Amino acid sequence: MDKAIKRYFPVFMLPTLLAFVIGFIAPFILGVYLSFCKFTTINDATFVGLSNFAKIFEDATFGHALWFTALFTVVTVALINVLAFAVAMALTRKIQGANLYRTVFFMPNLIGGIVLGYIWQLLLNGILAHFERTLTYSSVYGFWGLVILLLWQQIGYMMVIYIAGIQNVPGELMEAAKIDGATSAQCLRHVTIPMIMPSVTICTFLTLTNGFKMFDQNLALTNGAPSDMSEMLALNIFNTFYSRSGYEGVGQAKAVVFFLLVAAIALIQTKITSSKEVQQ
Amino acid sequence: MSATNQTGAAGAAGNQGGAGVAPSAEAHGAEAHGAKAHGAQSKTGAAKSGAPKAAGMPPVKKKFGALTVIFGIISIAYIYPILLVAINSFKKKAYISKYPFRLPDEKTFVGLDNYIGGIEKTNMIESFGWTLFITIGSVAVIILCTSMCAWYINRVKNAVTKTFYTLCLFSMIVPFQMVMFTLSKIANVLRLNNPWGIIIVYLGFGAGLSVFMFAGFVKSIPLEIEEAAMIDGCTPIQTFFQVVMPIMKPTMITVSILQTMWIWNDYLLPYLVLDLKKYKTVSISVQYLKGGYGSVDMGAMMGCLVLAIIPIIVFYLFCQKYIIEGVVAGAVKG
Repeated sequence: MDKAIKRYFPVFMLPTLLAFVIGFIAPFILGVYLSFCKFTTINDATFVGLSNFAKIFEDATFGHALWFTALFTVVTVALINVLAFAVAMALTRKIQGANLYRTVFFMPNLIGGIVLGYIWQLLLNGILAHFERTLTYSSVYGFWGLVILLLWQQIGYMMVIYIAGIQNVPGELMEAAKIDGATSAQCLRHVTIPMIMPSVTICTFLTLTNGFKMFDQNLALTNGAPSDMSEMLALNIFNTFYSRSGYEGVGQAKAVVFFLLVAAIALIQTKITSSKEVQQ
Repeated sequence: MSATNQTGAAGAAGNQGGAGVAPSAEAHGAEAHGAKAHGAQSKTGAAKSGAPKAAGMPPVKKKFGALTVIFGIISIAYIYPILLVAINSFKKKAYISKYPFRLPDEKTFVGLDNYIGGIEKTNMIESFGWTLFITIGSVAVIILCTSMCAWYINRVKNAVTKTFYTLCLFSMIVPFQMVMFTLSKIANVLRLNNPWGIIIVYLGFGAGLSVFMFAGFVKSIPLEIEEAAMIDGCTPIQTFFQVVMPIMKPTMITVSILQTMWIWNDYLLPYLVLDLKKYKTVSISVQYLKGGYGSVDMGAMMGCLVLAIIPIIVFYLFCQKYIIEGVVAGAVKG
């Protein structure tokens, strides 16, 4: 049977393969190569070794963006997961209107980052105006503005995954624990949480990478103001490429560093949380 | 594990006939196969977003209590930002930033002026059309090409298909910033900087996740079904479209939902790839209102924001069951 199928390579595989080469493989390899070059377009690239990477360390904005992004990611991962789990626990009880609430909480996920950014800009600037401040007054406002925005957007998404996880905990297990005299806190700690570790793995992974890679919301809400102090890594890379001429090589080098960070975080996180999963 | 898989695939296969009537049942089949181990039943219960009821528990009457009230208040607060934008879209632009929390009155009410202004300034209707075209086109092409590809690499195992699959997994952790510059230049050289060409770019950059999800599902399809079709004289193409594809339907729904949510809202990729003088998407149009350094026309901005949100909410309210199921199924496998 394999042989019969094999002849159909051009029909089944070739279109995706070609698009994958155009849309991923070629840009990726070229991107790695260009990070060692000085260039303004691809054609005028000259090899300069590691000097682009050296320049990253001289660039104070990158260090600041890295710090800002790391702090942002830690805060949002913790808050989103705790709140989403709490809401999921509450909504899996038999309360009236649970479906309606789930619908409402999930909705912001479907709205794009740019649109979300401007919605919250109006609201947050309106509130801050009472204190004669704006979002761009200091990066502290920008930071918490972005945190609130991302919470609003992603709690619903993670909640849906947690709800599925909680409903998947076998009822017998809960009953057995209760018959043995476990309090509800003990049930949560020793039954529910170990049983939903797969959901925790997924949600931590998603919130970590989403926080770290955030771009659209950052661009729309603060655009890095004041003076790049609320600029996150993705936006920093974008600005290095397209707002500073002569820095394309440095931008590409930053992108490589960014990729390595994202990959490292993803791998380490998956290792840690999946080791805590229990066999059902 | 394998037993569960078989059940999942067989269950979905059994549903082929009534595909139109019972797509949700098929989705459950897909879910069950993605589940780690414990019975398919409880997973099915989880996927049924309509009824939050743990499997095996006696039905309990829903309570109207403090939690309902608290969540009611939170829900209203949750929609408030969107309502605020909607309210402000009817106000004169000078009053929007100044008094965002006031309702429009005789002095500040401008009717639909902001909407008309917004549409004129951004060409919103046209952007909407292009976004719709790009999203539907890309999702259709991704579904067709990657499902065929995933089946092929599962049935024909050699160095090429194995390397390709590994690269697909790898591509899932690469952030867009890594390839954005080179990708936009390549797209430009190959004349893919239009709504037709960008479909190929989306197929390429989105292939990783889709191939991964389809490949996971194909593994659970019993070979016997296909072998029987082949013995009956089907060519591989007939086998795929008449036997394999109907079984894959639940995964197709999941993949199309995840890809639609990504492509419809995507900003940076179309911004860098498209020829912006001719084509814009909704997100790009909204961002263009911000413009360079001048002050923003808040009236037009509010109008455009509302126009950008309404279609999504309407779509969501009609398809929310599939969307939430799709997200859960996607997360379980991803």
